[in-house]
Amino acid sequence: MTDPSYLESVSAELASPAEALTFVEVDVSSLTPGTSLVVQWRGKPVVVRNRTGQEMKDAEAADLGTLEDTIARNANLPADAPATDANRTMPGKEAWLVMVQVCTHLGCIPIGQDGEFGGWLCPCHGSQYDSAGRIRKGPAPENMAVPVFQFISDTKIRIG
Amino acid sequence: MSEGHSTYKPKTGIERWFDARLPLPRLVHDSFIVYPVPRNLNYAYTFGGILTIMLASQIITGVVLAMHYAPDTGLAFNSVEKITRDVNSGWLLRSLHANGASFFFIAVYIHICRGLYYGSYKSPREFLWVLGCTNLLVMMATAFIGYVLPWGQMSFWGATVITGFFSAIPLVGDWLQHLLLGGFAVSNPTLNRFFALHYLLPFLLVGTVTLHIWALHVVGQNNPTGIEVKSKTDVVDFTPYATVKDAVGIIVFVFFFAYFVFYLPNFLGHPDNYTVANPLKTPAHIVPEWYFLPFYAILRAITFNVGPIDSKLGGVLAMFSSIAVLFLVPWLDSSKVRSAVYRPWYRLFFWMFVANALFLGWLGSQPAEGAYVTMSQVATLYYFAFFIIVMPLLGLIETPRPLPHSITEAVLEKNAARSKAEE
Repeated sequence: MTDPSYLESVSAELASPAEALTFVEVDVSSLTPGTSLVVQWRGKPVVVRNRTGQEMKDAEAADLGTLEDTIARNANLPADAPATDANRTMPGKEAWLVMVQVCTHLGCIPIGQDGEFGGWLCPCHGSQYDSAGRIRKGPAPENMAVPVFQFISDTKIRIG
Repeated sequence: MSEGHSTYKPKTGIERWFDARLPLPRLVHDSFIVYPVPRNLNYAYTFGGILTIMLASQIITGVVLAMHYAPDTGLAFNSVEKITRDVNSGWLLRSLHANGASFFFIAVYIHICRGLYYGSYKSPREFLWVLGCTNLLVMMATAFIGYVLPWGQMSFWGATVITGFFSAIPLVGDWLQHLLLGGFAVSNPTLNRFFALHYLLPFLLVGTVTLHIWALHVVGQNNPTGIEVKSKTDVVDFTPYATVKDAVGIIVFVFFFAYFVFYLPNFLGHPDNYTVANPLKTPAHIVPEWYFLPFYAILRAITFNVGPIDSKLGGVLAMFSSIAVLFLVPWLDSSKVRSAVYRPWYRLFFWMFVANALFLGWLGSQPAEGAYVTMSQVATLYYFAFFIIVMPLLGLIETPRPLPHSITEAVLEKNAARSKAEE
């Protein structure tokens, strides 16, 4: 028998490729701390980063009061969850940051591990994000979005 | 000037037959042959004719290009390259069309400045001006959408950034952006609908241009003195006088246009657009086409929040306002004198406005950081101050120079001064 989730994915794909509310599964076994990979989901890049200890420490140390956007923007949490580093990630998987790598200003793709905050720097209009993907400086109004995702095993993530 | 006193006399039986059924020859005769135009029109007044030619050229080259273009994300980029390399004269068509957009904008900006200088927007020409502003808006939409079609990196990221403007609108923004894109990101449905719209909008423009010309023929042309036509000595027939003058203007303009088409075909473009669109990588430095740069600088100048309006929405509002304010010009200018020739202070502020707009254009091409941001903010301030402060106030406090009694008097005075200088 065909896997029903496969059919679900194909029918969504056929109905309208751009509207496909499909999911992607990512094997992250190759990611050592300090490396990331990018997959395409809903036509947009989603970055999966295995953060270094220093990156996590920097993100946790950030004072919530100094953040531009104090909401976590994590689709797996309530809409008003505060933007702590823990709320940007999954419990027990704090090293892993999974995030739609699209600048919340006008939609460019920020460059990773760049800028003053050791996170992302948008080449278009200079928005700067920290190592938890939170907006720290520049014209972007919101933290980069964390999509719905789950660890389906220790080495596999399902996004969507 | 107004309709209703046609001098057309059909000479042959066929002409009489047509005239009784569809008086098209009469319309042409009255509008483009015996139509009276002020005798003192200078070359700044030839840009209307130049714009008409550019619109026709864009439509003709565009229709032929569409025969060879494939609006599909997998094919678009290569089909444009194929047009350039394999299609007979395709290189010429594409160069004419791409550079034609730029020269269309050069002409329209000069045309608009001409109107601002000679006060061509003042009563009874307010609606003529508003229709002109509408033409500009349609042109801008068409140009932006057209730039997306070659599906290079600048096409893709320009489309992403500009459709991103709509996401700044409260409540309906995200829905509207989704509708425009036909999905979550710029993708195949976006390219399909943009191609359809790029084919539709120029014909809409033909419609609004026709209304613009119709309105012009109802109220008559303004002229460098800004004085209304008072007698028959103030005017000459459209043909041959305006026809020939327009033809000279068009030919000179086409010289410049052809130089770019044949010798600098990529001068006004971006090398990045010769890289196929990549949804996963934004080029390091994205800028719009040169004709949008001043507006882009205004967008980026708003880096601060104003009350409940965050900087993102503020930037978008400022950018759209910079066009919207043009529509209000007829009601913002309080001066009773039309032409800047007789308004020394207005003339100064006008040229400062032109220099400032060029400066904004340069700023738009620079990265949005450091001193560039501050300079953009100052220049944006003057852009709006010219319309909202200078125009209403200057009319109340400025003392204009004495006006001649008629166009004829102004022309004769000028000629007398010239022959005196020659003696």
